[in-house]
Amino acid sequence: MEISNLTKETLIRMFKEGKRFDSRQLTELRDIEVSYNVSNKAEGSARVKIGKTEVVVGVKMAMGEPYPDSPDKGNLTVSADLLPLASPRFEMGPPDFPGIELPRLVDRIIRESHIIQLDKLVIKEGEKVWTVFIDVYPINDDGNLIDAASLGAVAALKNAKIPMLDKDGKIDYDKDSKESIPLTKDISPLSFSFFKIGDSVILDPTREEEEAADARITFGISKWNGQYVINSCQKSGEEPLTQAEIENMMSVITKKFDEVTQKLKKYI
Amino acid sequence: MAKEKESSFKRSDGRKLNEMRPMIAKVGIIPNADGSAMFTFGNTIAIAAVYGPRKLHPQHMQNPQKAVLRCNYDLLSFSVSDRKKPGPSRRSQEISKVTEWALSPALDLNSFPNTVVDVQIYILQADAGTRTAGINAASLALAHAGIPMRDLICSVAVGKLDKNLVVDLTKEEEDFEEGEGATDFAMAKIANSDEFTLMQLDGKIQPEVINEVTKLATEACKQIYEVQKKALKDVVESNGGKK
Repeated sequence: MEISNLTKETLIRMFKEGKRFDSRQLTELRDIEVSYNVSNKAEGSARVKIGKTEVVVGVKMAMGEPYPDSPDKGNLTVSADLLPLASPRFEMGPPDFPGIELPRLVDRIIRESHIIQLDKLVIKEGEKVWTVFIDVYPINDDGNLIDAASLGAVAALKNAKIPMLDKDGKIDYDKDSKESIPLTKDISPLSFSFFKIGDSVILDPTREEEEAADARITFGISKWNGQYVINSCQKSGEEPLTQAEIENMMSVITKKFDEVTQKLKKYI
Repeated sequence: MAKEKESSFKRSDGRKLNEMRPMIAKVGIIPNADGSAMFTFGNTIAIAAVYGPRKLHPQHMQNPQKAVLRCNYDLLSFSVSDRKKPGPSRRSQEISKVTEWALSPALDLNSFPNTVVDVQIYILQADAGTRTAGINAASLALAHAGIPMRDLICSVAVGKLDKNLVVDLTKEEEDFEEGEGATDFAMAKIANSDEFTLMQLDGKIQPEVINEVTKLATEACKQIYEVQKKALKDVVESNGGKK
């Protein structure tokens, strides 16, 4: 379901004048809402709304073997399912590229920020560790799913508890747990996806704006000891980005990081 | 004699035998969809979205007489205690199919040849009764999408714990093992008629008890119907039925 040339031309013209259909500035974000406890069966879960975009993210934990190359670390697995529930564009069947890319991006945004202390998720070194599953499901896709998903992942992680074990070392879901997943203090990554349409660059596109885009670049960003750090980055789309555009993004992203972090204080 | 036994039986959550869990229904929860709804039985939360009637591909699946109804039911991975591997399972495929059969008798799809009506049902939180909650949500979503319907479909599970018939089992009750154990009978019916559109049974139940089961289900469905009607009225009153 692609947008018409006419809509695209109109968007390009409006962006040039710094305008958008919903009267936002080019880098202005829609309202963000976070709530918790989507499912009481999850170790942690969160619902994120950015404008009309809605994503639910759940954390489940299971015991398993560590990977041979990291015997002293727990595992992290991020998956996503672009449910046909969330958009007329999503279809049943094996995931297409956006369905593959989304969880991989979220994985890197989370993993590379080191928000999860995977070395503290070892039950018996080399034999038994916790696997943290982060599962992302869009409920309504109105653009910018990646940023909504990574925000939801962080919120769900902060909300998650490690399940209790019984005498035999099996998970006992009937016991209430108070032990949170070991997270690194003060680290709270976010992602920002910039979209290039014509010669304009925007943040937080609606579905329509996203479909008009020629290129996207997603940055995972966090703050370590007061320093901004870009932890991950991936560009998609055929249109190149200029040096000036990238420089401009770097000046915008730190401001946006602080702005969103501030906004999220009441939620996270 | 049976009556005496019934009255002495205590349900683990203190409900009366014919008492359902609190229900919540909400219509219009997914802006992208042509129709959408949420339905809960206690801790079980189902959401449903309807897309269509829209063009059906591939073409050979089209029906030149009417729209094809296509249902998909599944659990979110974190809706259950042990993480469910994402993607369809045999269980979810079977439930999708019986859901289709449960809903289609209420629909009039003759005005939309060569199209498909997609019904997407997902369970956010599972505590038994997920397929019945899903059908209730789907019925609302279809009505919200403006698909011509004879009536709403209401769905509930009637269970037998040992010898006692109870309505709307929880997961804990489904795992009941004393006496004759637990039997779960998922039913759906057309609201203002005595036609049943879903009957799915696991366990054991005596033939003569079946009549009582259908009576209990009918009573429960009356309550579900009221909750459903209210949710539809609410959405019409709040925004004139627009999504």
